[in-house]
Amino acid sequence: MPDETTQPAPPTPPEVVIEFKDVRKAFGPNVIYDPLNLSVYRGETLTVIGGSGKGKSVLLKMLIRLLQVDSGSIQCFGEEVTTMPEGKLLGLRRRIAMLFQGAALFDSLTVAQNIKYPLVEHKWGNREQMDHRVEEVLEMVGMPGIQHLKPSELSGGMKKRVGLARAIAIQPDVILYDEPTTGLDPLNVRRINGLILRLQRRLNVTSVVVTHDMDSCFTITDRIAFLYERRMDWTGTKEAALATDFPPLREFVQGGRGTLEAEGTED
Amino acid sequence: MSSAIKLLGHIGAVTRLSGRTFKIVFSRRFVDRSLLSAQMDQAGIGSWSIAVLTALFTGAVMAIQFADGLEPYGASLYTGKMVSLGIVRELGPTLTAVLVGGRVGAGFTAEIGSMNVTEQVDAISALGADPIEKLVAPRVVACIIMLPLLTLLADFVGCFGAMLVVMTDVGVTATFFIEQVLDTLVVADLIHGLAKATFFGYFIAIVGCYVGLNTRGGTEGVGRSTTDTVVAISITVLVSNFLLTKLFLSF
Repeated sequence: MPDETTQPAPPTPPEVVIEFKDVRKAFGPNVIYDPLNLSVYRGETLTVIGGSGKGKSVLLKMLIRLLQVDSGSIQCFGEEVTTMPEGKLLGLRRRIAMLFQGAALFDSLTVAQNIKYPLVEHKWGNREQMDHRVEEVLEMVGMPGIQHLKPSELSGGMKKRVGLARAIAIQPDVILYDEPTTGLDPLNVRRINGLILRLQRRLNVTSVVVTHDMDSCFTITDRIAFLYERRMDWTGTKEAALATDFPPLREFVQGGRGTLEAEGTED
Repeated sequence: MSSAIKLLGHIGAVTRLSGRTFKIVFSRRFVDRSLLSAQMDQAGIGSWSIAVLTALFTGAVMAIQFADGLEPYGASLYTGKMVSLGIVRELGPTLTAVLVGGRVGAGFTAEIGSMNVTEQVDAISALGADPIEKLVAPRVVACIIMLPLLTLLADFVGCFGAMLVVMTDVGVTATFFIEQVLDTLVVADLIHGLAKATFFGYFIAIVGCYVGLNTRGGTEGVGRSTTDTVVAISITVLVSNFLLTKLFLSF
């Protein structure tokens, strides 16, 4: 019989795996973040939306220190990224994978060599294990048997899927997606969205997606962060984003329809 | 004034890149022989024909000019002495560096620049590797090894070209020409030229890689960078040739 005097345990707050605190970044006179504050929780898919050229990709690159911040702090798995020594950075990059906008496959290498690249760098198993892993991740992204092809022989959608296979090969805890559906036809957009969702469920990774494709955003995301005026001015669930009364976000979500109506340009 | 500051900035950045490259080269991290042999093949084997053609005709033209200039003094028999000294000390290393440097350095910039604008250089870092170890170190080492070898080949072929002209125009025998050359050249002359070639190899690779790594602006940027590299390498080789010659002759 349960003890009636026992209080129910308070809900555990979600664990923060990534935290940007007062991050400032500028390229010359072009201020990108002033400042950036954002938290990402374990196991969630957070989508960062905002206009083109506003610095969404910069956020991802600062997170794995492909770009250095001007000031502020980025914590990842409880460790400070901005001052992390090079040796430790390798370990961090082992835990965080990134799918680049154009997939960034190495042109001179085959698909198999591309996928093996992080495995070799991180000394992941022997040759047979690596070959097996290549097969496994290619199956996961629905492209078995293309190990021998070069990136020049692949379509845009195929490149993205191979890029994703390369990203997940090392079994990361976090996957960063930089515009995963940009430039793809609707069928490939659906495929990539499906893959992101499947990987999320199957591998239970934390995902940060940068996009301005609102359909994709609402398909894959748990939470949305809206980049506006050099800050993350709004964060919330997708339901909250749809019901928001924050005008810039409402316009963005509705694809600017409100503005056109207000200007009387709609038929 | 701003151009001078920019130039100083580039020199500083190239120096830092060199420091990081040599740190990798002299550490145990640089062990990827397949990358090194691929670059040696591209930089050296792929450039031998340019080096040979250039040296052959330059040697021949020098021989024509010297034979003609020395004839009034009755000294055209000694054309081989003048030409071989000029080729081994100066023209062999410098012309090879300018021509091969244009080809190889521009190739490095185009390749690394394209990788840069398509985020492949970022991808190398993101996947846990060091772009300097993967892209810069093998190219620098390959050029440092291959430029002296190409220069040696150019020296030999240049003298051969001169010999053909001297045999035809002046009428000396091959044995006489070779004796003249061997009588004139000392080992120090050869070392002098090869040492310069080693430096030129380093300059070609580091400039080509540096410009590639700093390429921005898509395919247009790659084109611009490639042109910049050819100009920068030519100027670097010619200016450093002057400084290195002064330095070596002071010993």
